[in-house]
Amino acid sequence: MRRYVIRRVAQAVGVLWAAYTVVFLVLDYLPGDPVAAMAGQGDQTAVDPAQLDRLRARYGFDKPVLVQYLDYLGRAVRGDFGDSVATGRPVTGMLAAAVPQTLQVTVAGMALAVLFGGGLAVLATYTRRRWLRSLLLSLPPLGVSVPVFWTGLLLVELFSFRLHVFPAFGDDGPRGLVLPAVALAILPGAMIAQVLAKSLLDTLDEPYAQTARAKGAGRARVHLRHALRNAALPALTVAGVLVGQLMANSVVIETVFSRNGVGRLTASAVTAQDIPVVQGVVVFAALVFVLVNLAVDLVYPLLDPRIAGAAAR
Amino acid sequence: MSRTLNKEPTAEPAVLRAADPPEAAPPGRAAPGLGRFLLRRPGLVLAALVAAAVVLAAFWPDLFTSRDPLTGVPAQRFSAPGGAHWFGTDELGRDVFARMVHGAALSMRATLIAVALAFVGGGLVGLVAGFVGGRVEGVLMRAVDVVLSIPALFLSLALVTALGYGTVKVAVAVGVASVATFARVMRAEVLKVRQAVYVEAARSCGARWYTVLARHVLPNAAGPVVVLATLDFGTAILAVSSLSFLGYGAPPPAPEWGTVIAGGRNYLANAWWLTVLPGAVIAATVLAANRIARALDGEWARRR
Repeated sequence: MRRYVIRRVAQAVGVLWAAYTVVFLVLDYLPGDPVAAMAGQGDQTAVDPAQLDRLRARYGFDKPVLVQYLDYLGRAVRGDFGDSVATGRPVTGMLAAAVPQTLQVTVAGMALAVLFGGGLAVLATYTRRRWLRSLLLSLPPLGVSVPVFWTGLLLVELFSFRLHVFPAFGDDGPRGLVLPAVALAILPGAMIAQVLAKSLLDTLDEPYAQTARAKGAGRARVHLRHALRNAALPALTVAGVLVGQLMANSVVIETVFSRNGVGRLTASAVTAQDIPVVQGVVVFAALVFVLVNLAVDLVYPLLDPRIAGAAAR
Repeated sequence: MSRTLNKEPTAEPAVLRAADPPEAAPPGRAAPGLGRFLLRRPGLVLAALVAAAVVLAAFWPDLFTSRDPLTGVPAQRFSAPGGAHWFGTDELGRDVFARMVHGAALSMRATLIAVALAFVGGGLVGLVAGFVGGRVEGVLMRAVDVVLSIPALFLSLALVTALGYGTVKVAVAVGVASVATFARVMRAEVLKVRQAVYVEAARSCGARWYTVLARHVLPNAAGPVVVLATLDFGTAILAVSSLSFLGYGAPPPAPEWGTVIAGGRNYLANAWWLTVLPGAVIAATVLAANRIARALDGEWARRR
């Protein structure tokens, strides 16, 4: 088991380093002079060559690529992603200031997704009414097909401008959290519902579920105590994918609701071609993604002893 | 009782499988044809109609509207949806329906480029990795793992930052971000096929490696990758429209789908139709693409 943990952690670190390298290659190596883009910002004519050189020296673009890379990597390991071109503030600080906002809304969104996605799957597989089942099961494909910015705007339209229940914009207080969290929850909720419904149906066919029923356990008891506990495990494996989707959608949702989180930071950095910030944010997203997957890999054997046996070997 | 409970046909959720389990063909008669297959699935027919309409709009927008998507009639600003303007008009008096119809060309082109790039690029990487094997495979698949560890939209955003704005650049950014998924599926299929007896037979008959690759491995491994490509359509439409909603697509007067909605966002309080109806068009298109992909992925093959 300990060897398994060590190997998985080492793998995660390796992937992160390589992800950083990919981001570096994409941002610093692809066509387009980042410094010209920074200085240009609209009017290309007004750029002074001397100013360009000063900018180049300041961001280290005048050095060979390999030196730049090692220099940046060394600082990134220590958590320093340089300074934002647009604001001049350190990227790490900007990220740290934005993370709590995003964390609130994504955690709330994930909670809603688990609650409603899970509830839908349980109800759809439990009910004996055909129409209710097919109605419930037709919802998840809808959920994965609607653009998240559209659902966000629909919610604002309905609950802010028509019903005046929740504020449309801004990030103060729990009331402002409701609409973005709901908008964010739809996609992961639909995915959870799909995976869990399939897994529940498979589990209910397992001999132990039949045995429990044969021994006189009620339908609800078998469904919730026996089947759901085991069916929930496969759903856990998609947690990494869900978190990735949630982060991606938070870029759009935070723009829609004007919340000052990581997503909005990303969007405005891309608009301003603020390369250090984009770099920091993308590496941060990869870090979260890798950590979630690592956590799933490490927790899964604890929940499913069959895997633990395989992992120890 | 409990046993039969699970064996009810309804126990197969519509989400995961065919709408109805296809019945067996009566013995001695021809297998049920396309007509009956479609007749049993009204949703699929509707999806096909929606997809056909979008494709037609992309190529011949004049079939659907004679209005100009770019110049508006100032006197008709913000008119609500009705007989004259199906989707209403925007802040410049432009017909929103015409804008969506003409935008189909831009958004479909971007989607097509993205899917094609992912399909060809990912297919090639997977093919080489699976067929060559050894160290090449190790390096390629490690690279794929790394790309997969960056959430797709963030990779697209990094690419947009590097490449700049525009429909094609957004399409490339979306396509590159899904290359890794295709590479993975393609490699898995090639590995499976490479073990097959007929490949071994061809080899032992003295066929050259490129003949084996082109005539035996590629045709037999391509199936699941093609299915993945159809599934990727819906994802790509969503990703492209999200990026153009954020403002990285074609510059504003162009009626790209995401751009139209982003423009309508400023008038949420007084003109709901500027966001609600174009969004419904995107949702319907994605839904149709996903439904068709699901039909191709198995339903049709399992019909007998």
